[in-house]
Amino acid sequence: MRKILEGSHAVAEAVRMCAPGVVSAYPITPQTHIVERLADFKANGQADYEYVLGESEFAAASIVEGAVAAGVRSYSATSSQGLLLMAEVLFNIAGMRLPLVLSVANRAISAPINIWNDQQDAVTVRDSGWIMLYAEDNQEAIDMHIQAFKISERVKLPVMVNMDGYVLTHTYEPLDMPSQADVKKYLPAYKPKANEFLNIKNPRTFGAFATPETYMELRQELYEIVESSRKVINQENRIYKDQFGRGSGDGFTEGYKLNDAETVLVSFGSVLGTMKDVVDELREKGEKVGILKVRCLRPFPGEEIKKALEKAKNIAVVEKCLSLGNEGILGGEVKQHIDKPVKNFVVGLGGKDATKGVIKEIVKKAKGTDKKLEFIYPE
Amino acid sequence: MQRNNTNSKNKYLLSEGHTACAGCGELLAARHVAEAAGPNTIILNSTGCLEVTTSQYPNSSWRLPWMHSLFENSSAVASGVAAALKYKKQDKNINVIAQAGDGGTFDIGMGLISGLWERKDNVLVVCYDNEAYMNTGVQASGATSHGASTTTSPAGKAIPGNMLFKKDMPAIAIAHDLSYVAQTTCGHIADIEKKVKKALTMPGAKYLQILCGCTPGWNYDTKLTVKLGKLAQQSGLYPVFEAEYGEITTALKVPKKKVSVEEFLKPQKRFKHLFKDEKGKDLIKQLQVRADKNIEKYNLATE
Ligand SMILES: Cc1ncc(C[n+]2csc(CCOP(=O)(O)OP(=O)(O)O)c2C)c(N)n1
Ligand SMILES: [Mg+2]
Repeated sequence: MRKILEGSHAVAEAVRMCAPGVVSAYPITPQTHIVERLADFKANGQADYEYVLGESEFAAASIVEGAVAAGVRSYSATSSQGLLLMAEVLFNIAGMRLPLVLSVANRAISAPINIWNDQQDAVTVRDSGWIMLYAEDNQEAIDMHIQAFKISERVKLPVMVNMDGYVLTHTYEPLDMPSQADVKKYLPAYKPKANEFLNIKNPRTFGAFATPETYMELRQELYEIVESSRKVINQENRIYKDQFGRGSGDGFTEGYKLNDAETVLVSFGSVLGTMKDVVDELREKGEKVGILKVRCLRPFPGEEIKKALEKAKNIAVVEKCLSLGNEGILGGEVKQHIDKPVKNFVVGLGGKDATKGVIKEIVKKAKGTDKKLEFIYPE
Repeated sequence: MQRNNTNSKNKYLLSEGHTACAGCGELLAARHVAEAAGPNTIILNSTGCLEVTTSQYPNSSWRLPWMHSLFENSSAVASGVAAALKYKKQDKNINVIAQAGDGGTFDIGMGLISGLWERKDNVLVVCYDNEAYMNTGVQASGATSHGASTTTSPAGKAIPGNMLFKKDMPAIAIAHDLSYVAQTTCGHIADIEKKVKKALTMPGAKYLQILCGCTPGWNYDTKLTVKLGKLAQQSGLYPVFEAEYGEITTALKVPKKKVSVEEFLKPQKRFKHLFKDEKGKDLIKQLQVRADKNIEKYNLATE
């Protein structure tokens, strides 16, 4: 059904339809509207999950970890400082192979403290073993959450759904809301096997202590499991598309006017929307510009990116985060897989506008020979 | 990461085959906690000696569903388990226990435990109090006794061991208006079982703190584990009591014939510097004052 909804409320509605048994979170702007709406559902008898007030993000992450370990689908959401506070738990959840979905309303990191959007928060935990998806708009955010539960439970790994704070979370848009019946059809109830949860009828030990004799083997196994999720992410994108009519490329990347593009902008998150407008304008003037959207940061779609950029002459990676002392996160990772020059641009830190003007400047600069990292500010 | 529990022949829910030291008070207490709770129990265990010695992959000493996540969060993970059981309508027939050492309870995990207590989640929080971070090599914690020498509060020429006083964790628990708060020692095995059973009949969040001798950390003869637990209680240093909704309901009396704190301190080399000079003797006097205050506060004197 088509409805005009705020991004956060739409996500909350999608999560409700996924029928988690336990929700726990701690408030932080700009994630708040999601968890407030989930509390409203509970307070008004529209949802039957246990809504546990965590006294910190560290607690909230631990609470949903315990809940899913006890065999119940669970959900949390956070942003920025909250995600950093969760970091230790996040690595633990992935290491224990617990299926969870966490929404991250992406926001800048302190200092200086800043509540506005950029992408620095989630990239800092990209090596934790979580699958990391990035929504371009609110329609994709809804669809991604529903897929996230399915992917997570199929591969037994946690999935983080990233959506830009404010730009998506606080924006009203007309959205296609799936029906409860359709969601139920796509996402069956979570039923772990008898030995996969804390079960008095099949007592098992979880979270054991591993010595040098076994630790590396277990971490290699985790590496391979994360690798194995590629197939599932791709499949679920397709299955979802078959049922709901919406999908995004191969689930990892999606090209926009890419076929004959000489200059290609590579990016992730909501800035892709502005980029598309700019590309449309420039195309009308005859400029051969295209976009490569990255939808999944972990596992990283290196092969897909390499293939998509085969014909590109000028490559610009645009992102709202960076590794201090090195370069952009996405920029660095794209470079690992490409053997031609890549120009890396950082934009929109801490809520700075990433305007059409910014993107146009990037298109211009991408054609130059200077490939040094550049920060681009609105005019 | 999971596998079958041990094939050991004994029937304990925490079976032999663990790697704890001979005379470990924590393992002794934990075994009786598990036995008293019974097989319909899920245990969430913090990082520490108890976890490391009982769960070395691919073996396990646990015959209960048991999970270790991190050092500070066994309580919050337990809250999640309790919420999941409530959702599944199994919360009436399955016990949830969150257990940790004193470091995991008094210090790094205290905020999360306070959250659990405030929410009154249906969880029994058990603290095995061996008065230091033993797993990492006997560093001082908020539970370390005044005057004890640890590796981060060493008894030196200028400073005679830990100068801070033990945090009153049961009082903090009581301040959360819990249905049940109790304290005992590894010298009172039957009492441990009785208190666990009682706690598990009480609604919401519960707290049990058990003083556990640590042979390398306290540095005493391994056969004294039970005796030291008894002496801690008898001297008044470590009252054995129960409180329901803030009211003390039972307290184990101290013997008619006074047991001085020295009798408890003397066999432990962590206190040996106190017996060497006047400064040490003054410190022992201060500990005696504290013990006597406990006897008054908890009404432990036998008429
Ligand atoms: C966040 C974090 N900080 C520090 C440690 C290191 N560490 C592991 S166990 C431990 C001491 C545990 O002490 P306690 O809780 O008293 O249990 P005990 O070993 O004495 O039974 C410490 C400091 C850790 N695992 N995690
Ligand atoms: Mg300790």
